[in-house]
Amino acid sequence: MPRPPLVELTHARVREFLREPEAVFWVFAFPLLLTLALGFAFRSKPPDRIPIGVAGPHAKEWSASLSKSPALLVRVLDAAEAKDQLRTGKISLLVEGDTQPVLRFDPTRPDARTARVEADDALQRAAGRRDVIAAREEHVSEQGSRYIDFLVPGLLGMNLMGTGMWGVGFSIVNARMKKLLKRLIATPMRKSDYLLAQFFSRLIFLTGEVTFLIVFAWLVFHVSVHGSLITFAILCLIGGFAFSGIGLLVASRAATIEAVSGMMNLVMVPMWICSGVFFSYERFPDAAKPFIRALPLTALNDALRAVMNDGAGWMAIAAPVGVLVAWGVVCFALALRVFKWQ
Amino acid sequence: MSEPVIHCRDLRKYYPDVKAVDGLDLLINRGECFGLLGPNGAGKTTTIEILEGLIPADGGDVQVLGMHWNGRARELRERIGISLQETQFTDKLTVIETLTLFRSFYRAGHDPEELLHTLSLEEKRNARVGKLSGGQKQRLAVACALVGQPDILFLDEPTTGLDPQSRLQLWEVVTKFRAGGGTVMLTTHYMDEAERLCDRIAIVDHGKVIALGTPAELIAKLDASNIIEFTSTPAIPAEAFADLCDGYHGCAKRGDGWQLRVDSLAEAVPKLIAVVEKNGSKLLTLSTHAATLEDLFVAMTGRELRDA
Repeated sequence: MPRPPLVELTHARVREFLREPEAVFWVFAFPLLLTLALGFAFRSKPPDRIPIGVAGPHAKEWSASLSKSPALLVRVLDAAEAKDQLRTGKISLLVEGDTQPVLRFDPTRPDARTARVEADDALQRAAGRRDVIAAREEHVSEQGSRYIDFLVPGLLGMNLMGTGMWGVGFSIVNARMKKLLKRLIATPMRKSDYLLAQFFSRLIFLTGEVTFLIVFAWLVFHVSVHGSLITFAILCLIGGFAFSGIGLLVASRAATIEAVSGMMNLVMVPMWICSGVFFSYERFPDAAKPFIRALPLTALNDALRAVMNDGAGWMAIAAPVGVLVAWGVVCFALALRVFKWQ
Repeated sequence: MSEPVIHCRDLRKYYPDVKAVDGLDLLINRGECFGLLGPNGAGKTTTIEILEGLIPADGGDVQVLGMHWNGRARELRERIGISLQETQFTDKLTVIETLTLFRSFYRAGHDPEELLHTLSLEEKRNARVGKLSGGQKQRLAVACALVGQPDILFLDEPTTGLDPQSRLQLWEVVTKFRAGGGTVMLTTHYMDEAERLCDRIAIVDHGKVIALGTPAELIAKLDASNIIEFTSTPAIPAEAFADLCDGYHGCAKRGDGWQLRVDSLAEAVPKLIAVVEKNGSKLLTLSTHAATLEDLFVAMTGRELRDA
């Protein structure tokens, strides 16, 4: 007994994809490599120490006092060398003087002013100053606020967009070029089965892609999903659906791979830039923001970040999810109307 | 045997620059193998694709298995099998996967494994489609056309570009399908294919049927059983051999030389040589053969079937 055409078509599409090593690389390995590279480039590290110099007869004694400040990197220098290094900016501040310390620095440089405060503080404490009030410090570096926490949902969104659109668009245009679409509609196959199979096969790959990236980001960078995993999974499916719909529309009439590639880029490049993949779209002018928020990738990224980093539920992400669903439904419906089978 | 399974009247399809099909009538009976023979661009593919319901006609009436395409498409698709002129199946799927996929589209049909046997593709069962030879790909295309157990098999140029052995294999498949009571409609620009496979042939040119009948009937239309082709230098005019002999039925220009239609070679050839000599010309080439459909086409249109 043959299996239903929808199952056969989906299975065929999955096989076809898995037998294309390049496609598998771009979908699975590339996002991981990108995450790894960017994660290391922007990893959290303690602030740099400010280099300062000490010269003169008390250099040794003062150097010991100054070295107690965690913000300073102290070098003992002779007078001529010290002047030279200060002038060329190799040190931000020079401590010298015969009896009392003299702090030489350029007050227009922020790091020099910080060095002045730190140096003065260190010398005073060493000389026996006691603090009148004791302020407690609290450092902000929680999970969910690091750059990698911002980056991973953005990359996930970008990946869902890229694979969704390419996965659907490429295979359809390819089949159209080979006249396979024409051959298929010469059978009693339902057209909707073919398009749905494209969509279902996307969802199958998407499950793999997302799991891969999320487990990887969790293992390597301790990025975790703070919200409900079910909400997160459904959100990814909605994202996949929206971009499959857009991919279907872009590919609905294109006759060549070149044509569809151009159109794909036309659609995707603005979103790579505007939709807050690598940096927040808050940097764009206010007038542009409503348009940026209406883009499907912006909506997906916003919703993913809300669920992953803020633990948001459906109520909190209703607006971006609405935008995504609207894009998916409108594009799917339009694509079905204008789709060219031969 | 005489029940029509394909019937079209006054079929028309006009494109901005060409009248692809220009008032074409066909009546194809159950169990028949019917061939559309004609040069490239004659309108064969357009005609067969209109009959297959793949492109709409601009005018005329089409009935397949007593139904119109309008509204009955799904039902008709269940009962016809199609091999397009140049379909490429997905390279990454295997032969059996492709066939199983196509089988799933039909309510009833053949077991894909059985079809592999019928089409001598068993050895290639698990081979990727991308690795098949031209002949194997074409047999797979025909297998996909047969998998729904159709009443009518449409083949558009099924053996174009194939080696002789692959052509023979494909012809065998068509013969087997007919033995099971199937109707076949095919297009070709190979006259030997048309003569060998088809019960009846329509010769098509510029979107019209210019001759219709069994291969024997069509060849009989030439009124001559033999063909002489010759070239000479300098070339001689047609008037020179206008009353060559009793069994002379006319001529057509062919390249630099002439093609003459005659009853008896024994009578005509010596006389032709004499005529050439009398005109002070020298014979360069001379060949003769029994008349074929190709010659009929040349006689009717002045062009060759496989014209460049």
